[in-house]
Amino acid sequence: MAALIDMKLVSKWYGDLHVLKECTASVTKGEVVVICGPSGSGKSTLIKCLNGLEQIQKGTIIVDGIDLGSPKTDLPALRSRIGMVFQHFELFPHLDVLANLTLAQTKVLRRAKAEAEERAMTLLKRVGLEAKARSYPAQLSGGQQQRVAIARALAMDPVAVLFDEPTSALDPEMISEVLDVMVALAREGTTMVAVTHEMGFARQVADRVIFMDGGEIVEDAPSGGFFEQPQSERARAFLSKILAHTAG
Amino acid sequence: MVDFDFGVIIRSAGYLFYEGMAFTLFLTFFAGTLGFALGILLAVLRSSSYRPVRWLAATYVNTIRSLPLVLVIFWFFFLVPFVTQWVVGSPRPVAVGAVWSALITFTLFEAAYFCEIIRSGINGIPRGQIEASSALGFRPVQRFLLIILPQAVRNMTPVILTQLIILFQDTSLVYVVSLTDFLGAAGKIGQRDGRLVEMYLFSAAVYFVICYAASILVRRLSERNTISLARVGS
Ligand SMILES: Nc1ncnc2c1ncn2[C@@H]1O[C@H](COP(=O)(O)OP(=O)(O)OP(=O)(O)O)[C@@H](O)[C@H]1O
Ligand SMILES: [Mg+2]
Repeated sequence: MAALIDMKLVSKWYGDLHVLKECTASVTKGEVVVICGPSGSGKSTLIKCLNGLEQIQKGTIIVDGIDLGSPKTDLPALRSRIGMVFQHFELFPHLDVLANLTLAQTKVLRRAKAEAEERAMTLLKRVGLEAKARSYPAQLSGGQQQRVAIARALAMDPVAVLFDEPTSALDPEMISEVLDVMVALAREGTTMVAVTHEMGFARQVADRVIFMDGGEIVEDAPSGGFFEQPQSERARAFLSKILAHTAG
Repeated sequence: MVDFDFGVIIRSAGYLFYEGMAFTLFLTFFAGTLGFALGILLAVLRSSSYRPVRWLAATYVNTIRSLPLVLVIFWFFFLVPFVTQWVVGSPRPVAVGAVWSALITFTLFEAAYFCEIIRSGINGIPRGQIEASSALGFRPVQRFLLIILPQAVRNMTPVILTQLIILFQDTSLVYVVSLTDFLGAAGKIGQRDGRLVEMYLFSAAVYFVICYAASILVRRLSERNTISLARVGS
C-alpha cells in the first residue's frame, strides 16, 4: 500500500543547529506511530514538518500524494486535512467550545453552520463533553481542554492526526481521560502520529515506534520489538530511564 | 467676600451640553473609531514582510508619538488646506473647515497610539495560537482577522479604553483652532458672565465623574481579563 505520509532524507537547520538529520520514515493509512526520544532530539520539529508548520531545507515530504516542498502546493488546504493536537491545547480562548469546533469547518471547509454544529456536537459527545459546548476554554480543566482540542482536529475529517506530547502538560489524574480518547481513535483505525512518552499507550495501540536522538531517527521498529529488544544502546538507555520513571 | 453664583451653570446647561459636550463626544467617538481602524492597519503595515512599508509605517508612528498633540493640531490646521490643494490639484488652498481638520488630526494622531497598543496585543499572543490556526488550514488573512486580532483587542481592552479616556480629555485642545468643546464652552460662558471659577469647578467635576466612572469600568474589565487568562492552559 502507498504511504499516506512519506518522508525521505529530511534535513533541517535552525541557523547552524542541525535539528533533523536525513530522517526517513513513512506512515501508511490506519497506522499508529509513536515518536519518542530525549528532550531536544527534534521530535516536535519533525512532526511540525509533516504539515508544513516548519520548513525543511533538504529532502522530501509527501502527504496523501502531495509534495509539501513544491511551490505549487496549497499548504493551508493541505493542513486543513491533517489534524494536529498540541501540548498546550491551543484552544481559541475568545471562542466558546462549540465555536472552537465550528470556526474552521465553516471558514476553511465552507460547511454550512448547521452541518458544522451537528458534526461538532457528535464529536463533543464522543469525547464526553457535549455539556460543555457553551463553555469557554478557561472554564475547563486541562484534560477537558485537550479532549476538546482532539474533537476540534477531528471535526475537519482529517486523513491523519498529529499529536505533540498531548498529555505532558496535564496533571497526572487527567492523563488517562485523554489517553482513553486516543486509544479509542487508534482502535477505530485513525491514522495517528504521536510524540509521547506514554509508553503504556505505545504498547497498547502503536504499530510502530520511532526513536529519535540528536536529530536522527535511530530506530524505527514494530512496537513489540522496540520494547522487548531495542537495537541501539541509546534506545536502551532511554527506555530504562523512562520506564523506571513511569514505574516510580 | 467670595460670592459664588452656581445658577450660571443651570442657565447655560443647554449650551454646555448640547453644543460643548456634544462636540467633545462627537470627536471622541469618531476620532476614536477611525483612529482605531487606522491603528489596526498601521499595525499590519508595521509587520509587513516588505521593508519599505514597514519602515514608512514605523516612521509615521514614531514621529506622531514624539510630538505634542497641540502642535499637531495646530500644524494640521494650517497644512491640511495645502495638502488638499496638492491632492485634488486645485489652484488655491482648499478651506477644509476646523471641524474636519480637527477630526482628521485626532484620527491620525490616535492611530499612532492605537497602532502600538494593537501591536503589543498581537505580540502577546502565544506562538502556539498561530500554529494551531495554521494547522487548521486558516489562511494568513483569516488567521489574523478571526484568531489573532480578536484576542489582541480583547487582551488590550483596558489599555484601549484608557487611551479613549485620554482622547476624551485631549479633545479640549481644539481651542487652538477656535473650536468649542465642553471645556471651551464652559470657559466662554465663564468669561462672558464673570463666573470663571464656578464654570471651571463645574467642568472639573464633570470630567472627574465621567473619567472616574470609565476608569472603574476599565479596572473591572482588566480584573476579568486577568482571571480568565490565568485559567487558560495548564
Ligand atoms: N524556533 C527554533 N529556533 C531555534 N532552535 C530551535 C527552535 N525550535 C527548536 N529549536 C531547537 O531544535 C532542537 C529540537 O527541538 P524540538 O522542540 O524539536 O525537540 P523535542 O524533541 O520536541 O524536545 P522536547 O522533548 O523538549 O519537546 C532543540 O535543540 C531546540 O532547542
Ligand atoms: Mg517537543
